[in-house]
Amino acid sequence: MRLEYTERQKKFRAEVREWMAANVPKQALTSFDTKEGFAQHRAWEAKLNEGRWSAVTWPKELGGRSCDLIDWLIFEEEYWRAGAPLRVNQNGVFLLAPTLMEYGTDEQKARFLPRMAAGEDIWAQGWSEPGAGSDMAAIRTKAILEGDHYVINGQKTWSTRAVFADWCFGLFRTDPDSQRHHGLTFILLPLNLPGITIRPIKQLNGLPGFAEIFFDNVRVPAANRLGAEGQGWNVAMATAGFERGLMLRSPARFQKTAQNLVALYQRHREHADRDPSIRDAVLKSWMDAEAYALSTYQTASRLVRGGHIGPEASTNKIFWSELDLLMHETAMRILGARGELMPEAPEAAESAPWLDGFLFAQAGPIYAGSNEIQRNIIAERMLGLPRA
Amino acid sequence: MDFTFTEDQLSLSDAIHKFLMVEAAPELLREIWETESGRSAEMRAKLADQGLTALSVPEAYGGMGLGDLDWVLIQQELGYYAIPDSLTATAYLAVYLSKALPEDSKLKAHWLPKIADGSARIAVGHPINPFVADAANASLLLLWHADELHALRPSEATLTLNPSIDSSRRLYRVQWTPTDKTRVCGAEQGRELWQGVINRAGVAISAQLLGLAQRMLDLGTDYAAQRKQFGKPIGSFQAVKHHLADVAVKIEFARPVVQRAAQSLATGHPRASLHVSHARLVAGEAARLAARKSIQVHGAMGYTWEADLQMFMKRAWALDSTWGDAIFHKARIAEFVLAEGAALGPAETFTH
Repeated sequence: MRLEYTERQKKFRAEVREWMAANVPKQALTSFDTKEGFAQHRAWEAKLNEGRWSAVTWPKELGGRSCDLIDWLIFEEEYWRAGAPLRVNQNGVFLLAPTLMEYGTDEQKARFLPRMAAGEDIWAQGWSEPGAGSDMAAIRTKAILEGDHYVINGQKTWSTRAVFADWCFGLFRTDPDSQRHHGLTFILLPLNLPGITIRPIKQLNGLPGFAEIFFDNVRVPAANRLGAEGQGWNVAMATAGFERGLMLRSPARFQKTAQNLVALYQRHREHADRDPSIRDAVLKSWMDAEAYALSTYQTASRLVRGGHIGPEASTNKIFWSELDLLMHETAMRILGARGELMPEAPEAAESAPWLDGFLFAQAGPIYAGSNEIQRNIIAERMLGLPRA
Repeated sequence: MDFTFTEDQLSLSDAIHKFLMVEAAPELLREIWETESGRSAEMRAKLADQGLTALSVPEAYGGMGLGDLDWVLIQQELGYYAIPDSLTATAYLAVYLSKALPEDSKLKAHWLPKIADGSARIAVGHPINPFVADAANASLLLLWHADELHALRPSEATLTLNPSIDSSRRLYRVQWTPTDKTRVCGAEQGRELWQGVINRAGVAISAQLLGLAQRMLDLGTDYAAQRKQFGKPIGSFQAVKHHLADVAVKIEFARPVVQRAAQSLATGHPRASLHVSHARLVAGEAARLAARKSIQVHGAMGYTWEADLQMFMKRAWALDSTWGDAIFHKARIAEFVLAEGAALGPAETFTH
């Protein structure tokens, strides 16, 4: 065990820090769930890519830096420390890309990854359907092979970023007679194909952060299939594993929020200390954010040395989503009657980012596999309890 | 940056795990409760055979010369099996104190070899604890007085037993008079030494609490898999599964905190006290939740004397408040987090 950075790692950190200091926009970008904000965030992705920072863990030939997971954690720490924008292409860079690396052909990697890194293609996900949420194996949207094209009919929903995104990845039923997780295929498709209708869904904050996607005889080249036909479930599970696991929510994000919460508490301490449970929640927030970082470093160290992520990855999702709720609920308690102000309110400068985060924190225990599903996975696969 | 243990460290703790599985069955622990000292010479001899009494004694004094990081994995096992022995006070805390003394110290030359071979039992007393555990059957008491370190025989003190809810613990009020003869080292060096003792006890207890939490989780899981109601194992019901999953989450995120604290002691990290208090708080939370959830899953059986769960719950409840209760440890966290200009936030975890 050695809990110090090597000279190379320190130099890497300094390099990231310097670049972020010079390039992170001074003024916060508009939400990427607006047309204008989406364009701003796409431009930021392109800027990141110019510095070769948009996907540091990817191989050099695909636009990355071949960083290991410890370097990635260092990068993320500096990214969040600098107050850099949210990643509009996180579905692509953090969820699809690892799956593409594992299951994609060389042709597919060359075709999709560099454009993804540059922000030229922003990706949406297409998992859920009206009848397939937590029970993802209930997917019914069909993709029937006709010659060298799949013909897709059906509907996806809760598709994050789909309103403005360029491409979508998801699971489709290619064998109409199949049941459950058999007969599903992982397909990549552009969202501007004839027969696709996108209906935005307004989220809690009033912005269209996700959408329904309707497919009416949409023809997708068979070359857009990722992995073998009928093997989509296994391919998707790899993505879900990464999502629950390390990359979607790096600890740095929560450490930054915890730091901001301590600062908020300090500014309002005289008022807040009239309820001692607030101080306790502030301390717990810092401790849990730190624990999440320590746990991630331990997992990363194990993976760097050739280990694997097992079902314990499901504990991550529960931990960070509950931590995020705790921190934002605590902030709202401190802000009191000013917490409800909309961002455009003249006196919302301090509170608006907390309200925004508070609303988003409500979604944490629901998306990417609800926390109830995660608890089932822990109980059945980690503890070995019988299925219902 | 490498947050992993060596193969040697892992295989040692694995060997101890397998050894204690056979040698520390709950029935045996219940027998040891019945003895006056609450301790067993046979068990002590077996622990010594495994090298545990010699673990951090320097090789020059007949020990293995290992350190804080080696101890943390062993302590998890001692917790998992709720080992009733003054091993930690003797072979970890007293060794730490003795090692810091000058080479010509009588304490060092006389006691370190006896600790290593398992023949000595040493009790350590500090006012952070109202009572001294295992004072009566100790060969030597190492006691705090005004930041000084004093050594005396139990016969030179008045000991009053205060029974604990944990049937394996023997707590004593110790009344004694410090003299020049009992003083081993002065306040200046002592202040730092006692801080080191509190932190090492803190990591040992945190690791034991982790082990205890894991044991209570395992007992709850086993029970839930066997016990049938409505025609199926109760462990197939989501309400029961989720109780146990919550415990698994707490353990999963407490473990790295505890192990980092051990490494901070091993390397003399300037924030070691902060890291230890963090470890104490999260390990305590994991153990308390494990107790609460496991007794719930056990149903009425969990509330009985007969079910083994009690020995792990009671040990956890007792340990959680020794060598600094949660009030003490949270104050140390607050002192750091709420200080002006505190280094919080991303990029600060390992950079100091």
